Amino acid sequence: MTVVYYLWLREVKRYLRSRPQIIGSIAQPLLYLLVLGFGLGPVFAQSGQGSYLQFIAPGVVGMAILFTSIFSGIGLLWDRQFGFLKETLVAPVPRLQIMLGRTLGGATVASIQGTLILIVCMIAGFRPYSIAAVPLAFVFMLLVGLVFAGLGTAIGSTLKDMQGFQLIMNFLVMPIFFLSGALFPLNNLPTALTLATRADPLSYGIDGLRGALIGLTQFGMIMNLSVLVVVASGFLVLGAWAFSRIQI
Amino acid sequence: MIHVENLVKTFGEVKAVDGISFDVAPGEIFAFLGPNGAGKTTTIQMLTTLQRPTSGSMKLDGLDPVTQPLQARSRFGIVFQDPSLDVELTAYENMDLHGALYHVPRKVRGERIQTLLTLFELWDRRASFVKTFSGGMKRRLEIARGLLHTPRILFLDEPTLGLDPQSRNQLWTHVKHLNETEGVTVFLTTHYMDEAERTAHRIAIIDHGHIVAQGTAPSLKQQTGAESLEGAFLALTGSTIRDERADAADQMRQMARMWRR
Repeated sequence: MTVVYYLWLREVKRYLRSRPQIIGSIAQPLLYLLVLGFGLGPVFAQSGQGSYLQFIAPGVVGMAILFTSIFSGIGLLWDRQFGFLKETLVAPVPRLQIMLGRTLGGATVASIQGTLILIVCMIAGFRPYSIAAVPLAFVFMLLVGLVFAGLGTAIGSTLKDMQGFQLIMNFLVMPIFFLSGALFPLNNLPTALTLATRADPLSYGIDGLRGALIGLTQFGMIMNLSVLVVVASGFLVLGAWAFSRIQI
Repeated sequence: MIHVENLVKTFGEVKAVDGISFDVAPGEIFAFLGPNGAGKTTTIQMLTTLQRPTSGSMKLDGLDPVTQPLQARSRFGIVFQDPSLDVELTAYENMDLHGALYHVPRKVRGERIQTLLTLFELWDRRASFVKTFSGGMKRRLEIARGLLHTPRILFLDEPTLGLDPQSRNQLWTHVKHLNETEGVTVFLTTHYMDEAERTAHRIAIIDHGHIVAQGTAPSLKQQTGAESLEGAFLALTGSTIRDERADAADQMRQMARMWRR
């Protein structure tokens, strides 16, 4: 367990020390929040859906967690060639512990990042409907972080070079984000789109965050929690398996 | 200390290592010389449990890296061709993390870190981030780290690549000193003939996955009738230039160079 803890701590330390990176990674969600939040706000209000800023803020938090956690996993590709990871692969420690430490660290960092975005959202005018529900939001943040840190680890373990990175970005990460209901409500959509959004694990994360923060949910909180727990477990097993097969 | 018999590794059609055998005695410094793509790094990767051999057998301090990887790993330290430090952590944190990974008890760890960092003239910089270190300092730190868990064998895969003559000289002085005082067995690969000649007790020359000659530097020169080790090397491996295909790691290495400067 010491090893898992040390590797987890390494991820968190690295994150807290990289101030420019933290500030940089706030910029993109902030752009979505402000430009879309205020830009589409009037249209959204006219269609009788209420405040778009309130609606989009949980989505933007989810987005930040998605990007941070999946990149921490894919960063493995770099880490195993030029970074510290290779050093851990020749240490007398089972691979599973290394993978767990690194992935849990990635999920933790993503949750911290999500919390930071939530604070930024509140500065911009977002108000959770009840303070008591905020701890539940943290549970969802951590779950979303685990799902995508696990997936990222699986991808980072299998990718051979940096070219694959663009492919993953355009054909996996962006669709996951756009189909998750982060930006629009998931009801009354065309059937094909409905199916796609239902297959996207982030949909349940965003819906859970919305349920916790603004008391509005599409699938129900039990459903959200169960889907996320199952998918997170699945991706962690997949990530551990892929990681155990890394050859340098 | 190291025993290798008929070791083979194939990648698809390519035979990277083709039936090599050699022995390294305890306390010996053994050098692997060979052109690019000769199979040096692949051999090290198999010995250090990072690659599985296609066939053949190996023993490290009596342990089989294939069937007993965890025990075998605690017996060696390694400095890779590519950097493997966490540059966002301090020198001390890198050492401490290594100690935790190798289950070095906390009390011993602190003392041993101080001894090694002092020896490698890095103790004063222990609290600095590794990203502020020069190439030579990083290499020294990697060697110090590799020795933290008192391994029986130290693997050095082209440790002096990209270092200036001063740093190279200093690095080998340290390695020789450790070999003499702690009796650690050293297995190294290098491109620099003079380094191999000066540091190693015995040298093996590897080409196209085969060991073409092995022995002491004088005996290699005698075998080939060459004046220098470089002459012997060229006599044994020919003078054609090896155009390796650039693999994924090379491409990433190029990218790393771009990002760093």
